Amino acid sequence: MRSFWRRFLGNPRVAIGFVWLAFVVVVAVGASVLAPGTPFAIVSKPFAPPIGEFLFGTDSLGRSLAAGLVHGARTSLLIAILATVAAVAFGTFVGSISGFYGGIVDDVLMRLTEFFQTIPSFIFAIVLVAILSPSGTSVVIAIATVSWPPIARITRGEVLTIKAREFVQAAVVVGQRDMAILVGQVLPNALSPLIVTGSLLVANAILIESALSFLGLGAPNLMSWGFQIGAGRAFLRDAWWLVTVPGTAILLTVLSINLVGEGLNDALNPRLRDL
Amino acid sequence: MGAARLLRYLLRRILQAIPVVLGVVVLNFLLLQLAPGDAATVLAGEAGGAPAEYIQQLRERFGLDKPVPVQLAVYVKNILVLDLGYSFRNASPVLPLILGRLWPTLLLMGTTLVLSVGGGVLLGLFAAVWVRSWKDHVISLLAIISYAMPLFWIGLMLILLFSIKLDWLPTSGMEDAAAFYEGWERAADIAKHLILPAVTLSLFYIALYARLMRATMLDQRGLDYVTTARAKGLAERQITIRHVVRNALLPVVTVAGVQVGGLLGGSVVVESVFAWPGLGQLAFQSLFARDLNLLLGIFFISSCLVVVVNIIVDIVYILLDPRIRVG
Repeated sequence: MRSFWRRFLGNPRVAIGFVWLAFVVVVAVGASVLAPGTPFAIVSKPFAPPIGEFLFGTDSLGRSLAAGLVHGARTSLLIAILATVAAVAFGTFVGSISGFYGGIVDDVLMRLTEFFQTIPSFIFAIVLVAILSPSGTSVVIAIATVSWPPIARITRGEVLTIKAREFVQAAVVVGQRDMAILVGQVLPNALSPLIVTGSLLVANAILIESALSFLGLGAPNLMSWGFQIGAGRAFLRDAWWLVTVPGTAILLTVLSINLVGEGLNDALNPRLRDL
Repeated sequence: MGAARLLRYLLRRILQAIPVVLGVVVLNFLLLQLAPGDAATVLAGEAGGAPAEYIQQLRERFGLDKPVPVQLAVYVKNILVLDLGYSFRNASPVLPLILGRLWPTLLLMGTTLVLSVGGGVLLGLFAAVWVRSWKDHVISLLAIISYAMPLFWIGLMLILLFSIKLDWLPTSGMEDAAAFYEGWERAADIAKHLILPAVTLSLFYIALYARLMRATMLDQRGLDYVTTARAKGLAERQITIRHVVRNALLPVVTVAGVQVGGLLGGSVVVESVFAWPGLGQLAFQSLFARDLNLLLGIFFISSCLVVVVNIIVDIVYILLDPRIRVG
């Protein structure tokens, strides 16, 4: 276990990723202290350039870009984490039932998983949010609905190999019930690939959320980075910072999560490191 | 491989695709049921905008006063004869509206596919040849950054640089409508408009294929056939180009086929950034008009498109790799 932490945190990429993520988390948690009041408030004349009265200037309506960024961090992280938790929970459920019981249950569930992997997922997410009408909840539902299939497939694969191991057979002989075996014996051993994939899903969820809110499908009462870019795109010629700054925030955050996720993968599977 | 066997394989793949298409129709029906309000007003597009007689007519045509299973049967029948309904906002039936937008999207997707597979394979190849050198690290760094950028933001940044600051390329649209170009001039004009959207959509996939290509090339390096080739006295350069690259291409083709759905989703975003007049922009417009029926039609047609492209990729794959037996 100690060698895991040394491998993980000793990786410079992971360290860089952690520093930025820690910063974003602190900003997101302290959003209402750092930028009190609603980020939709008009605080100054429109198009104030950055590094003046306001750190990142103001947008076309005179809202502070920095305040929006701070509250956007909260929205992005919250929605991405909730959607990932939902996707991992559902995917793990489907995958473990499928792998554990096999047979016709497996066939049906895997056809369903393949179906969800075939349909164009982003368009499906758009349709879902449009039909459920844009809100935080519907964005979370949409992202989770298009994100669970890879989790289900990985879980199924892991369950299939672990199921055949001796300690599981021992549990069967002892007379443990299916659910107890699945939850107590099989799933704990399938954790490491799930953690890695789950962490990468958070990054993907941030990207989907930003694209949805860029298209005007985000939660209308929540400030988000994608919304800021969507609102600023018409003024690209005269106010470049309105698009550049929130986009950089997305880029750095997604990049950091990917770095940490890959570091996690390297640390959990040391043999694959040379690849 | 005999043409007859290939045909039989094609037929089987088409049969396998039928449940997927039916599944999308059923999914669409369920989504209609989920929509707030009466399904008839949803079918009419922009809630409340359609005349009452038309809504009544829709209700009868779709049997919306009948039990749900009957409604489902009627809906499936309508879609399968490609009756996707009518869009009031556009004053046109949905199907021709979608088909008219199909070719710009196909052009964008095709260009992106060529650009991303070509670029990804080349970059991955160089990264593998230069493994662990600074060039390899630069390629890896670029790939991991491309992974993390939102598509729409890449597009806007490219517009900022190449259209606004440098004024090299047009910001939006597919052609200069006021210029009335014809023939080759028109093609050149469209190509000029195509560069930024295609590059925007490609970056992510270039990164994906480059990493995949690099990993597979490094994997193949230690295999027996490489040792054999080396024992024959072939130069490293020849081993790489003649043997390793060919084998490393296959996973890239497989993944490129799987990514078609993602490509279509990405084109919604890219088309709305560049006002590229394809399916994605139509989806964006239907969102604004609250024309859910049109949106569902786009979802259906793009799912069918993914299924068709997947079949084509499978066939290409068989033609590329004689080891794969069918039937």
